[in-house]
Amino acid sequence: MISLIFVLLFWCCAWGLNIYLSSLPPNKGIRVAIPAIFGLSLLVIWEGTVRAFDVPGVILPPPSTIGVTFVNNLDILWIDLVQTVFKGALSGYIIGCGSAIIVAIVVNRYPFLQRGILPLGNFVAALPIVGTAPIFVMWFGFGWQSKAAVVVAMVFFPMLVNVVQGLASTDVMQRDVLKTYNATYWQEIWKLKLPSAMPFAFNGLKICTTLSLIGAIVAEFFGSPILGMGFRISTEVGRLALDVVWAEIVVAAIAGTLFFWIVSLGEEKVTFWYPSHRK
Amino acid sequence: MKTLLPVITVSLFLMVIWYGFSAILNSTWTKDQANRAGVEVTFSEILRDTMVQQRPLLPAPHQVIIELWDTTINKKITSKRSLVYHGWITLSATLLGFLIGTGLGILLAIGIVHNKAMDYGVMPWIIASQTVPILALAPMIIVVLYSIGLAGLVPKAIISAYLSFFPVSVGMVAGFRCPDPTQMDLLKTYAAKRSQVFWKLRVPISLPYLFTSLKIGVAASLVGAIVGELPTGAVAGLGARLLTGSYYGQTVQIWSALIGSAILAATLVGFIGLVQKYTLTRMGFAR
Repeated sequence: MISLIFVLLFWCCAWGLNIYLSSLPPNKGIRVAIPAIFGLSLLVIWEGTVRAFDVPGVILPPPSTIGVTFVNNLDILWIDLVQTVFKGALSGYIIGCGSAIIVAIVVNRYPFLQRGILPLGNFVAALPIVGTAPIFVMWFGFGWQSKAAVVVAMVFFPMLVNVVQGLASTDVMQRDVLKTYNATYWQEIWKLKLPSAMPFAFNGLKICTTLSLIGAIVAEFFGSPILGMGFRISTEVGRLALDVVWAEIVVAAIAGTLFFWIVSLGEEKVTFWYPSHRK
Repeated sequence: MKTLLPVITVSLFLMVIWYGFSAILNSTWTKDQANRAGVEVTFSEILRDTMVQQRPLLPAPHQVIIELWDTTINKKITSKRSLVYHGWITLSATLLGFLIGTGLGILLAIGIVHNKAMDYGVMPWIIASQTVPILALAPMIIVVLYSIGLAGLVPKAIISAYLSFFPVSVGMVAGFRCPDPTQMDLLKTYAAKRSQVFWKLRVPISLPYLFTSLKIGVAASLVGAIVGELPTGAVAGLGARLLTGSYYGQTVQIWSALIGSAILAATLVGFIGLVQKYTLTRMGFAR
């Protein structure tokens, strides 16, 4: 009962503090502090309610237990991370996005192909591609190769659609200038089309970061060697060791956020000229 | 017409590639069988055999179409072998989850637009929630909800809802913020209340954003429902068809479930597209 009252009190204080902070003139510190306080109060609510109602650990472990498990199992978590993220997701991400860019350049050369691929690509990008996971596991075996293949299939079309749109985003004026300079086809690609496709390409790259992690993890549900985040999650759920599962989810969250953050850093460096990034 | 011809050409091209790959991939099995039987096979025999195998590595398109036809038209829809039956189970979870997710997303967007503390505090977490590969949570949500007595539809719907709330809330925040200062000023001169500004300006102007987000959201919630069916031990639904297919090597079944879910996704997105077209034309958005 006491912890429940404490939770309520903490929530009210945090919320009041946030309302006060958001009424101040915004600066960088406040913009970071408000979500941090909100996140912290969610954690406190979680911890407090779990303790107050004596929720068994097999249903919802409190954050403190998850933290302890996380620290105790760092070695296992690291092995899983390497297997799933570095070997499966990252290699698939690079292959898938890279080949999508190459195909997009080819498609851009032929307007006929472009008109055919854009609607189809949009259609395929909306499909539940995750469903191909059992097929790829059958073809490429249980190792990380099948996970990479699923990731390639998942990221290819969203990336392709974005890059094709980006390459087509140059206007007549710009192309005419290059024509008056007597630029070759490849010069036009390098100096005009690829740079102006970059904002679109990075949009695709950002969407694909999450997709690649999802693909690699879900593919492991269909069969994997005895390591990997998806494998660990599905087996530990079976053993009702939910604290380990949550620790894996924390790892996935950190990996996903870092991945997204790195890509957005690249975006800021490359597309500094784009209106929404100008300072 | 301008897009139809290229689309058909590209689709035909993909179909040819599909046939080519299934011939190449399946030929190994044919050659193995011939080797064991000690007979020589000609190229045309190989080609013919690769198109009709029971458990091909990659079924040819017509095999998938026949299986689809078989499991939808030729079976009673109450039969557990009917794809319509499994499709309906997935569809009901998808729709329930989509409703919950859309409702939640719109509510969040309303809160974010009207409350500064929520804007600063919640918005970053909404975005962060999507960098988490949430489908990884699916098995746990299913198992945990099952242990407190919820099974079947609801757990899957929750996963669907989680996946579909994000595009809706982000899209609707953008949509509700769409009115430009002159429009807001006009309503201010009318002494309009906040609720009036909301209903008479923000809601109508955000509709194009709503439909775009709904299309993304419904596709996402279908994925959520399918993945949600995987850890339940493959009872029913399109996800279960995928899983049993992969357990027993029934590749034709996997592909037909896959194409079935693709058709389902296309129908859902297409339906929202129709509503979008009708509504927006009536409201004068379409040019």
